[in-house]
Formats: sequence, C-alpha cells, structure tokens
Amino acid sequence: MKNTLQVTARGDREIVMTRVFDAPRHLVFEACSKPELVRQWLLGPEGWSMPVCEIDLRVGGSYRYVWRHSDGREMGMGGVYREIVIPERVVATEKFDEAWYPGEAVGTLVLVERDGETTLTQTMLYDSRQTRDAVLKSPMETGVAASYDRLEKIVTSMPAQGEERESRAS
Amino acid sequence: MVLESSTLDAVFAALADPTRRAILARLASGEASVNELAEPFSVTQPAISRHLKVLEQAGLISRGRAAQRRPRRLEAKPLAEAASWLETYRKLWEMRFRHLDALLDEMKLAKKSHRKKR
Repeated sequence: MKNTLQVTARGDREIVMTRVFDAPRHLVFEACSKPELVRQWLLGPEGWSMPVCEIDLRVGGSYRYVWRHSDGREMGMGGVYREIVIPERVVATEKFDEAWYPGEAVGTLVLVERDGETTLTQTMLYDSRQTRDAVLKSPMETGVAASYDRLEKIVTSMPAQGEERESRAS
Repeated sequence: MVLESSTLDAVFAALADPTRRAILARLASGEASVNELAEPFSVTQPAISRHLKVLEQAGLISRGRAAQRRPRRLEAKPLAEAASWLETYRKLWEMRFRHLDALLDEMKLAKKSHRKKR
C-alpha cells in the first residue's frame, strides 16, 4: 500500500518513521505545527483527548502536549525547538513527564514534496542503542521468549528513579 | 497514554529499581533461592526479601513449592504485557496518521473553496 507507515532503524540510536501524504507540503507543515490542527490528529487511543496543546514555534521556544483519559489518567510530554525551517524541517527535543526511556530524545521532522504528495520523515534519536531497540522492536516479530531479552534491555537501561517528573511546561 | 491497567503501572514501578532489575536479570537464567539471589548484592537478606515482595506483587516473579528453598522464578505474562505496550506505540502512530490524512483532505477542500492557491 502506498500510504503505509514505514518504521526502520538507522545506525545505532535512531528510529525513522516515513509516511506519504496526499497533500502539498505547506498543508502538512501547518497540520504539524498549528495547535488547533495538531490536536485534531495527534490523539491517543479510544477514550483519550488532548486538552493541552501549546506550540511556541521558534528556536528555543517550547511545546507542551497533555492527553487525558475519560477515567482521569493523564500523560504529558514536551520539549524545546532547536531548528525550524518552514515548511520543511523541525528539530525538537522530546521528553515524557513519566519517562519510560532514559534521557531526552531528539526528533527531526522533514517534509519533502513531489508531484503534489508529501513524504513525512520523523527521525527519533535516543540516548543509547538499548533504548532505541526497546522502542523499535515489536513483540509481534519475535514472541514471548525473545521479549525477555528485550525487556531486560529496557529494564537495565531505565533510570534508577523511574518516577522522576520533569515537566517542561511552557 | 496506553497504560492499560494498574498492573502495568506496578510492573513499571517494580522495574524502576536497579537491584530489582538485577534480580530479574538473574532469574531470567533460571530460578533461584532468596539466599542465592542475595549473594551478589551488598544488601541484607531482609532488604532482598522486600525487593522480592515488590516483584511478586507486580506479578513479575512467583515462588516455587520446594519446601525450604522456595525458589523464585520469572513470570512471563506481565513482562509480555509490558513489551506489548511498545507495539501499541507503533499502532498509535498508524492511527494518528490516518487522522492526519482526513484532516489534510479537509484542509485541501477548504483551500480550494477559498481559492487561496499559492
């Protein structure tokens, strides 16, 4: 299928997601950078809404996303913009309030337009190979036995205090 | 945002401690008694027992029946559930991008009707 999400590993610490959209680049960029548009698609599974979506789109500016479940659970993340080239490139840090991987990841969004279609490439750079592998591998590929190895990797690379809460509210 | 249950929270909380992670890593290579588990650590046996209790409550380990020894062993299911959380991450992005497709279609229509072509 044409508009399928591709997820691949690159080097030791990166995950690359690629997806083609049937729309010109400036529209895709808008949809990825205007809060009123972002909150329409950057959703969680059934039952989750996105009450907070703040974007200060300038180098050094920050963004803050919070999702809320109807049962009261919340999940927040945010980061700081490092590079912005409208409408083709955005580099930003990313950290979850309750981090399930160590450190801060760096995300790079690149948009390339060709024949009216836009290829979106989102690259995530993690702190270590272990973290990257843990995020990337799906249990579907391997099965429970192998998921031990994987979990061990996650487990041994998690921060000692898993409950550190560092919110980057703007 | 896909934490499905309080069990999963308990699993991740249990995994947040380096000693408990080391204990799980040891148990991954086979069951072991409390004494055997305490050996490599410079902590008291009661301290190890407390860690074992946290792991047990999260369902990550169970204890065997062999009378005195009561060896602890790793449990597969909660670990598998924690791992499938990662798979959910991937599915989540597929879903988000389908929503983005729909939004882009709306945006294209809106631009057309406003005759605001670049």
